Amino acid sequence: MQRPVPRQTGEGLVRGIPAVLSVVSAFVIWEIYVRVSGISPLMLPAPSRVLEQMVQNRVLLWDNTVPTLKATFAGFAMSLTVAFGLSIILDFMPRVRRALFPIFVVSQTLPLVAIAPLVVLWFGFDLTPKVLLVALVTFFPMLVALVDGYASTDPEIEDLMRSMGATRGQTFRAARFPSAMPYFFAGLRISITYAVVAAIFAEYVGARAGLGIVILNAKNSFRPDIVLAAVVISSLLTLVLFAATALLQRTVLRWRDVEGHR
Amino acid sequence: MTALSLNDVSVTFGDIPVLDRINLHVEQGEFVSILGPSGAGKSTIFRLLTGTLPLQTGTISCAGRENSFAFMPQRDALMPWRRIIDNLTLGLEVQGIPRKDARAQVGPLLGEFGLADFTTHYPAQLSGGMRQRAALLRTIVQGRSIQLLDEPFGALDALTRTQMQTWFEDRWRAARWTTLLVTHDVREAVALSDRIYVLSRRPARVIAEINVPIPRPRLGRPPSAQAYEIEAYLLETLLQQTGETS
Ligand SMILES: Nc1ncnc2c1ncn2[C@@H]1O[C@H](COP(=O)(O)OP(=O)(O)OP(=O)(O)O)[C@@H](O)[C@H]1O
Ligand SMILES: [Mg+2]
Repeated sequence: MQRPVPRQTGEGLVRGIPAVLSVVSAFVIWEIYVRVSGISPLMLPAPSRVLEQMVQNRVLLWDNTVPTLKATFAGFAMSLTVAFGLSIILDFMPRVRRALFPIFVVSQTLPLVAIAPLVVLWFGFDLTPKVLLVALVTFFPMLVALVDGYASTDPEIEDLMRSMGATRGQTFRAARFPSAMPYFFAGLRISITYAVVAAIFAEYVGARAGLGIVILNAKNSFRPDIVLAAVVISSLLTLVLFAATALLQRTVLRWRDVEGHR
Repeated sequence: MTALSLNDVSVTFGDIPVLDRINLHVEQGEFVSILGPSGAGKSTIFRLLTGTLPLQTGTISCAGRENSFAFMPQRDALMPWRRIIDNLTLGLEVQGIPRKDARAQVGPLLGEFGLADFTTHYPAQLSGGMRQRAALLRTIVQGRSIQLLDEPFGALDALTRTQMQTWFEDRWRAARWTTLLVTHDVREAVALSDRIYVLSRRPARVIAEINVPIPRPRLGRPPSAQAYEIEAYLLETLLQQTGETS
C-alpha cells in the first residue's frame, strides 16, 4: 500500500555524468583545435591558457567578482521581496492586478541595451543602478510564477477551506501559497540565470569595478584570454546560484519527490 | 428534531436552471442520501450549504449554530504538501485550535480509521482507500453537527469500495453522525441510508422520497429481499430519467 520514499542523491550523481563528460570533451576538442591549427592566442586562446590567466590574475579577478556578487545578491533580494509583496497584493485585489499587469509586461519588453545606459545616467556609477537592473530583469519571471501559482490552486481545496469557515487570509496561507511553490521555483530558476548576466551587463555600461569592467578593459587591450577568464567566473557564479536554488527547492518541495515516482 | 431543511431552493447558472424547487430535510441522527444522475446538480446543493455558492431563491434552515456543516468534497482534496496528520487537523487549525491540541484531538481516532501508522506520510504515498478514509476523518474531526459527503467512495475500485462501505457502516452505527450523502450508486444509497431522495436530470427536482426501513447492519451479509426491491425501484426511477431526453 505504501510507496517508499525514493533515494535521490545517488541517482542524481549518476544522471550528472553525461553532462560532465560532454563539457569536458568540449574543452578537450577546443584545446586540441587550438594546438593543431596554431591559431593566434589573440584570436582564440586555449582553455589551458585561460586557466593560466585565471590563476595569474586571481587577485584582480576576485576583487572584481565581489562587486558583481554584491549587485547580484542585492538586486535579487530586492526583486524577490517586491515580487512576493506585490504578488500577495495582486492576489487579494484582482482589479489592481488587471490594471497593473500590462505595465509589468511592458517592463519586460524594454531592451536592456537601451535601458542600462539610462539607469546608469540617472543613478551614477555606484551600486544602485546595477541593483536596479538586476531587479528589473529578475522580477517579472518570479511575479508571473507566483500569480499563476496562486491561480493554480485546486478549486475543491478552496471549497473545502471555505466550508471550514476559513478567512481569505487563512485560505491564502494554507492553500494558495503552498500551491504556488512549484511555480515559484520554476520562476526562480529562470530569474537566477538572468541575474549574474544582468549585473555584468550593467557594469559593462558603466561602473568602477566588477566582472563587466574586467571584460571591458580586457577587450579594449585585446586580451581574449582574460575576457574568457571573466566569462568562466560568471558561468560558475550562475551555476552555483542555480544549484543553490535546486537544493532549496528539494528541501521546500520534499512532498513532490514522493509523488514524482507514481 | 429537524437538523436541516431546504425549502423551494432553486439555482440557475446564467440561463441554465440547475436546481428546481428542491425540498428536503434531514432529522437529527438520520442518514439521508441524495441519489441522482451525473450532472443533475447534486454537488450544487452542497455548495449552497457550505456557502461556496450564494443562495438565490428559497430558504435553508438548520438547527443550532450558523456553521454546522463538515464537508467532504467529491475528490478527496487532501493537500499534497501536508502530511496526513496535518491534513487531518486542517479544519481544527482553521477554527483556531493550536496544532498540538488539534493533534491530541485527532489521535484517538487514527486507529479506527486505519491511519495510525501513516500520519507522517504524504497523501501521494497512500492508496485510494486510505486517502478516502483520511478525507473522511478530516471531515468528522471538525465536530460539526451535519456531515456532507459528496460521493465519498465514487473514485474507488469496486473491491475497495465495498470494503470501505462496510467499514463506514460500522463507524456510522457506532457514532450516528447526522449525514447527508450524495451518490449515484443505487446499492450504496440503499445500504447506508435511512431515507433517499431521488433527483431528476438537470434541472434537478425531487422526484421520489423513499424510506429504507431495513435493519442494520446491512452490509457484509447477503442483501435482503426488501433491499433488492428498493434497489430495483430506484434503478427504474433513475433509468426513466435518463431515457426522458428532452
Ligand atoms: N459555476 C457554474 N456555472 C455554470 N454551470 C455550472 C456551474 N457549476 C456547475 N454547473 C453545471 O451545473 C450542473 C450541475 O453540477 P453539479 O456539479 O452540481 O452536478 P452533480 O450532480 O454533482 O454531478 P456529478 O455526478 O458529475 O458530480 C452541471 O451540468 C454543471 O455543468
Ligand atoms: Mg458532483
